[in-house]
Amino acid sequence: MRVSADAMKVPRGADGHAPDVFRKGGWVPMREHDLDQEVDFLIVGTGAGGATLACRLAEQGFSVVALDAGAWWRPLEEFASDEAHQQQLYWNDERICDGDNPLKMGSNNSGKAVGGSTVHFAMVSLRFRPEWFKCRSMLGYGADWPVDWREMWHYYDEVEQALSIAGPVNYPWGPPRKRYPYRSHELNAAALVLARNVVVAGYAIETPRLLLISANQRFPDGLANSSGLVGKNLMVQSNQAVWGVLDEEVRSYKGPPSLSISEHWNYQDKDKDFFGGYAYMSQGPLPAGWASALNGRGLWGVNLSREMQKYNHQAGLKIVGETLPQERNRVTLADEKDQYGLPITRITYSFCDNDKKLIAHSLNFMEQALEAAGGKEIWREQDDTCHLNGTARMGDDPKTSVVNADGRSWDIPNLWICDGSVFPTVGGVNPSLTIQALACRTAHRIGVLASRGEL
Amino acid sequence: MSDQATRTRYPGYDVLAKRDTPSWDPITRKVVDERLATPLQPRFFDQVQWAAAATLCKCVVDQPADRASVPVAAMLDARLFENQGDGWRDARLPPLREAWRTGLAALDAESRTAHGVVLAQLTLDQQIALVTAMQRGELHDAAWQNMPCDLFFSERVLHDLYGAYYSHPAAWSEIGFGGPANPRGYVRLYKNQRDPWEAVEAAPDSTAQERDQVSEENARVR
Repeated sequence: MRVSADAMKVPRGADGHAPDVFRKGGWVPMREHDLDQEVDFLIVGTGAGGATLACRLAEQGFSVVALDAGAWWRPLEEFASDEAHQQQLYWNDERICDGDNPLKMGSNNSGKAVGGSTVHFAMVSLRFRPEWFKCRSMLGYGADWPVDWREMWHYYDEVEQALSIAGPVNYPWGPPRKRYPYRSHELNAAALVLARNVVVAGYAIETPRLLLISANQRFPDGLANSSGLVGKNLMVQSNQAVWGVLDEEVRSYKGPPSLSISEHWNYQDKDKDFFGGYAYMSQGPLPAGWASALNGRGLWGVNLSREMQKYNHQAGLKIVGETLPQERNRVTLADEKDQYGLPITRITYSFCDNDKKLIAHSLNFMEQALEAAGGKEIWREQDDTCHLNGTARMGDDPKTSVVNADGRSWDIPNLWICDGSVFPTVGGVNPSLTIQALACRTAHRIGVLASRGEL
Repeated sequence: MSDQATRTRYPGYDVLAKRDTPSWDPITRKVVDERLATPLQPRFFDQVQWAAAATLCKCVVDQPADRASVPVAAMLDARLFENQGDGWRDARLPPLREAWRTGLAALDAESRTAHGVVLAQLTLDQQIALVTAMQRGELHDAAWQNMPCDLFFSERVLHDLYGAYYSHPAAWSEIGFGGPANPRGYVRLYKNQRDPWEAVEAAPDSTAQERDQVSEENARVR
């Protein structure tokens, strides 16, 4: 019955139950709270950060209400594996992009659904290199995180178990770690609720937007913004690629898109003329995505259809590369308004010299690797980026950070932030696992603080 | 499109032949059926804009002559009618609908200045020359209203036209793409291996006889 109602218009989590995403037509019980009932936590956004935190807080006995701007999908009945159809999973409300390297938003970096990015991401779940949590003191760049790597690795264990991550028995990089729960894959996600605590978990664009839009007499520059850093230090990850044609039929889109990954240049510091690292991985673009990459080379008409005939023979390597935090890369409010009359965001982004050196290094390296694999007609895709982090960084000092290690804002004790926007640096791996691990840590810390009467 | 390098390597292969087989599930049928039912008459563009849009699509998106054309202009019109944005735009461009209205009017204006007629009345060679000038950022008529023509070309024309074209099953068939993978899934992941629901490739230099054989095999792909 409710299965057929339009999930984009009708909230499905209602009447004491929510859709069971693992069972066609199924429901799971969901606790509800009256509009005039005070709850312990109101969480805005249910992605990798918000949903994880909601789960762990509820398990500890806190009352939690979670809000999301997007639909609560039933993947088994409502998802077709189709590029155009998947557009409904992304944040498609307008944002304006400028700077030297205007970002392309959407599929690579922003979801709109119950579950957020975890509904559409490529499932690449990599840990941060331990030194990255102290990259200012140990590696000489960026900013130190206010958390210890050993603590984070404990939460990585927790998340990898909960998600049943598949991976090699012996991970080739970094300190020893537990076995992944699954063996390696064969190669080839209502307004008026009173809450004691509000957790903002809307990701690196919508989180600062919400804080900035919420400016009032008491907080004229936006909530939690005494440091002036809300919206600043936006970090993407560079996402350049090298592509070539193989004699063999490859059909690179078969199976998960990034089946083989190397973290060599995350853990190797020699022979680099830049700070930071990158992971590189195999790729599997679908037809429109591949045509878009070729459009980026200026190809259209007959030149494009000729190239598209080689689609099943294409192979490519792509990086997830670290970019440095820069205050000039930022999210601000534009004059233009959205459908609710609220200011939309302006996203300003420019690579710095270090970012450019990292990209050049990776392209040279991947070109050699692709040649060695028999790649012909090799070319470089130069302008892509992925993921969003920063804009509400965590730290030890209220003057230089927006939240503390627990995600609690320095200015407003009952305002917490739990998503990728708290990252002081971004590392060279996909961010979702670290967002989830941080959410588990924040949940644990809230429990500890509550038991001490310090909430 | 007739030379060896541009003709399809997958003769006889039709993604839609899988529609009523276990390769597709109800949601896949619904999604693709709706796409195939896109109205062919414009609901967003007026007649002048429609003529320019249809001409631009035909000029930019090269299609095989031996099958019905994918209605790229109609798919573009449907998207504009629904005002379906991408979630972002380059600050130098106006919003989706305004960019398209401005761009098409500007192309007609450039065409009139250069040749005395609108885009739709140019020869194909003249159209290609005008589009190429747009790609190179060489068009500056006041009708562009300060929108950079090269950015309109890369961020709107190519992005929107090819996004539409490669969402169509006929385009998937042309490049040997299997179509939606769920619920069937891929089993054979290694090189030069294909699952029974995937297209058989004919080498670019294959003979007519070899292509006939491949065509027969592809007729059995379900």
